[in-house]
Amino acid sequence: MTAAPTPAAVPPPGATRRAGAPRRWLRKPGRTAAECAAVLIAVVVAFPLYWMVLSAFKPAGEVRSERPVPWTLSPSLDSFRRVFEQQEFGRYFLNSLVVALAVVVVSALIAFLAATAVTRFRFRLRTTLLVLFLAAQMVPVEALTIPMFFLMRDLGALNSLLSLMLPHLAFSLPFAIWMLRGFVKAVPEALEEQAFIDGASRTRFLWQILFPLVLPGLIATSVFSFISTWNDFLFAKSFIISATENSTLPMALLVFFDAETPDWGGVMAASTVMTLPVLVFFVAVHRRLVSGLGGAVKD
Amino acid sequence: MSAPAPTVGPAPPPPADPRPRPRTGAPRTGPRRLQGRWTPWLYLAPALVVLGGLLVYPIYQLGLISFLEYTQAQVSGGEPTSFRGIDNYTALFGDAQFWSVLLATVLFAAACVLGTLAVGCALAVLLTRVRAVPRLVLMLAALGAWATPAITGSTVWMFLFDPDFGPVDKLLGLGDFSWTYGKYSAFALVLMEVVWCSFPLVMVTVYAGIRAVPAEVVEAAQLDGAGAWRIWRSVLAPMLRPILIVVTIQSIIWDFKVFTQIYVMTDGGGIAGQNLVLNVYAYQKAFASSEYSLGSAIGIVMLVILLGVTLVYLKLLRRNGEQL
Repeated sequence: MTAAPTPAAVPPPGATRRAGAPRRWLRKPGRTAAECAAVLIAVVVAFPLYWMVLSAFKPAGEVRSERPVPWTLSPSLDSFRRVFEQQEFGRYFLNSLVVALAVVVVSALIAFLAATAVTRFRFRLRTTLLVLFLAAQMVPVEALTIPMFFLMRDLGALNSLLSLMLPHLAFSLPFAIWMLRGFVKAVPEALEEQAFIDGASRTRFLWQILFPLVLPGLIATSVFSFISTWNDFLFAKSFIISATENSTLPMALLVFFDAETPDWGGVMAASTVMTLPVLVFFVAVHRRLVSGLGGAVKD
Repeated sequence: MSAPAPTVGPAPPPPADPRPRPRTGAPRTGPRRLQGRWTPWLYLAPALVVLGGLLVYPIYQLGLISFLEYTQAQVSGGEPTSFRGIDNYTALFGDAQFWSVLLATVLFAAACVLGTLAVGCALAVLLTRVRAVPRLVLMLAALGAWATPAITGSTVWMFLFDPDFGPVDKLLGLGDFSWTYGKYSAFALVLMEVVWCSFPLVMVTVYAGIRAVPAEVVEAAQLDGAGAWRIWRSVLAPMLRPILIVVTIQSIIWDFKVFTQIYVMTDGGGIAGQNLVLNVYAYQKAFASSEYSLGSAIGIVMLVILLGVTLVYLKLLRRNGEQL
């Protein structure tokens, strides 16, 4: 259950609510204080993001001001311009997008099949496999950079986008499978029987009935694959050694950041550009996400 | 769970099925329904291939390298690799820095987990006490923090706490106090960022759990005169135990592996490596000093520790009667 917006129409305070109306225990005199606290905390939590966007739009002089103020009277696009012009940022952005989308699509398909197998079938080693999928989530990705580096070298994938896709595919799969189980499970089994009675083949059931029903969950789950791939700078840093045209967004961001005196305006503009797609994706699917987490947590 | 409503439409009248369908009434034997014996393995095959080749094999390699002499000379093929047995581990365990890094990692992860859980649970309870609008506001803010990539979160927090141009030092009247200079203030800064970006998961999950607790239970406790803290400790927390276990373990695993934040915010482990955690330590050993075997040995140590956590997790799940 998400923050299911309780019907916006608020009954007049003090009015007895309909029988069965939930959470009367929540309505307390201290509520106003609680609401003030909630809004205040929300402001604090959102402040870093606000500051990021604000600083991206501030003219250079204001960013490097000893007396920073939480507003700007002369917003400018200079930082963004610098970001997009100087560093082949568009190209890096595209690379990031290609890698992330490839990982998302491929891992979603593979995870869907695997999640179907472990929820809709009973077979030997099933529990063992589930435990392994769970354990696989614990593997510290960064520790595997060393063998992964040699593996990519042997595959001849170093310096190519493939060397970024493959590891992330492997690392995002276990969690995707684990999360998807809940969504696959939620599709009533009766539906499956009905489909077979109606003469649908197994493949047909899988792709034409189960897949569309699980798709929302699949998209929600993809957020995590997307974020982890989109975020990655360790592999980009380690595997893309000489072919800078195959670099990704985090590397571009670090270009502004690395210097002794970081170009904060540039960093904030690049950070904004990098955060925005994830934020949009995330807010769009958060309902499903939460119910999926509930499923992964409880089921 | 709000399962997507099946939208298959009214079941069409069963078509005349040419194949005779035995209706013996006896329970179906073997795998359920019409599924063949090998079907699940067919579905699993792509996942197993990917995980086998790109996860299991690298782990095996990691273990192997940790027993070899593997430095730049071996990588470039200048010298043959040689088996060193447990020498790498002896060297590692004999290194005082390793132990201090391990200690720092454990303490840092513990602080992150406690902070995340405390903030997440407190805000989840707060969410149940406010009306829709403030709740939505807080929820959206949390979603924003949740969605922020680790690397941009790190740069933004660095900027916020920048001694020259950041607003926080000015606001707190700290002058030009540098947070990244001291060991503890640097860890504190990273801690705050980590809590900021990981409490939303806890908050949202626990909030969902609280909503599932019947209101009567809490009302009864209130009638008995229990305060907010008492209700949480004696009523909600026990009922939410399964959820709390999951978020705790997840937090332990994530916070034990924190890499990006430490790497970016303390510039690769802080001044003289004072802010190293195991993950960054392993990376620096391998890629900065080309001591691949030592880096791998550290990786194995991390794997073993996290494996221990995983086993505890599974045990707790089992005890709760969860079905995998």
